[in-house]
Amino acid sequence: MTSKSKWLSAPYLFWSAVFIIIPLCMVFYYGLTDKTGAFTLDNILAITSAGHAKALRLALLLSFTSTIVCFLLAYPLAMILANMKVKRHNFIILIFILPMWMNFLLRTLAWQTLLEKNGVINHVLSFFHLPALQIINTPAAIILGMVYNFLPFMVLPLYNALAKIDPNVINAARDLGANHFYTFIRIILPLSIPGIISGITMVFIPALTTFVISSLLGGGKLLLIGDVIEQEFTRMSNWHLGSGLSMVLMIFIVINMILSAVFDKEGEGSML
Amino acid sequence: MKSILKKIYIALIILFLYAPIGTLIILSFNESKTRAKWGGFTFKWYISLFQNEEILRALFNTLLIAFASSLTATVIGTVACIAMMAMKRRTKSILMGITNIPMLNADIVTGISLMLLYISLGIRFGMGTILLSHITFNIPYVILSVMPRVRQLNISTYEAALDLGASHITAFFKVMFPDLLPGILSGFLMAFTMSLDDFIITHFTKGVGVDTLSTKIYTEIKKGIKPEMYALSALIFITVLTLLVLINLSPTDKNKTDKSRAKAE
Repeated sequence: MTSKSKWLSAPYLFWSAVFIIIPLCMVFYYGLTDKTGAFTLDNILAITSAGHAKALRLALLLSFTSTIVCFLLAYPLAMILANMKVKRHNFIILIFILPMWMNFLLRTLAWQTLLEKNGVINHVLSFFHLPALQIINTPAAIILGMVYNFLPFMVLPLYNALAKIDPNVINAARDLGANHFYTFIRIILPLSIPGIISGITMVFIPALTTFVISSLLGGGKLLLIGDVIEQEFTRMSNWHLGSGLSMVLMIFIVINMILSAVFDKEGEGSML
Repeated sequence: MKSILKKIYIALIILFLYAPIGTLIILSFNESKTRAKWGGFTFKWYISLFQNEEILRALFNTLLIAFASSLTATVIGTVACIAMMAMKRRTKSILMGITNIPMLNADIVTGISLMLLYISLGIRFGMGTILLSHITFNIPYVILSVMPRVRQLNISTYEAALDLGASHITAFFKVMFPDLLPGILSGFLMAFTMSLDDFIITHFTKGVGVDTLSTKIYTEIKKGIKPEMYALSALIFITVLTLLVLINLSPTDKNKTDKSRAKAE
């Protein structure tokens, strides 16, 4: 390839400078200034005020829980799928992407119908004489909504990482006398770490920062940090405060980026 | 025994993923306007859907933006992948790091950062700003699906074509492009899907009076969703499902299935 071909990257370089780098700098600028344009840390320190700190704590708690639930649901699933040795790799990906063709808000709204006191799930439960499920408008419903919406982002990286493990490595461990459990702990789990890290990142960050799921399933009373930021931008029009709070969120995002850079150098655990 | 348990587990997860979709399809046939009770079977929402100009307008906007943004992102992303081939390892990893930012960043931060950019540049909010934003978050999906194909490319065949007198353009389209095509198609489709399903970034970068389906649904949630919306999403879902089933069942001409599988991805 000639060195000329490097110029082919010019459109993308330009695009990422204007639409990725500069916008992020704008957030920093707004976050670190007040309405008069003077430097201030108040917008960032606002996170310590009671209401904001509560919203952040709740968001952290719910997103952390739903990430763990996603992981526990997805890992066995990804192992089963990876072991099926289907030629139709794309078909499996498809099953998890397909729901996205129905609007995300409508799908979440449908959970309202399913979870309601007189909803579908409780009809089914009462048919089997089981106690009714009353989780609508509680944090549990928000966790369910997060797990529902972000589960594919956990399954796909795990599946991709697990499917890439050479079966001969596992056979070798078995030949050398390792039992199922030991093979899993020493071989399969360490080799799937890129997928685990990528899955955790892809679930934790959207869950931490969501603002729609909480208002749809939480009954509008439970404010997450995402709801607070959204309100600052749309209703209060206080972009400085909103930017400052976003910068606090970015701390978690940067930690995640570093983690995925360290553990997933080759992009092995990517979603596609 | 074990394999039955495995199948049950897969079935339960699929039930979990598709239960809300089933619910919405059933609601689209519900005579009653509220979601809470079943008022009998009807087709009327499907009929009134095609007379509801606002919804059709939002559908048109959604499809236009999804198509235009994924097409643009595919071109920029594919060209960038090819350019990265010739780059030093370090430059390449910096560029890939930047590519990962919109993927790893929170949608709400991407949304507000773009909103602040448009405000400070004085760009009028509308279809244009939505389109620019969608291109931005779509490019990484294209790069991530084209990149593995680029790594597998055999440069010698391209150079052979040049030696045999082909121009760069001809050599690209005759030699390189066919090898990249599956990655390009799956990147395009992934970008299209993401654009279609996006709400958060559109919410912050749309103008007053311009709506995509997501933002239209968001405003309707407060007033009560019109059942036509269920009918429309049922139609979209069934159409896509049918297309994908047809593609997956298509005859086993080797070349053809390869391509269609890539599409399905």
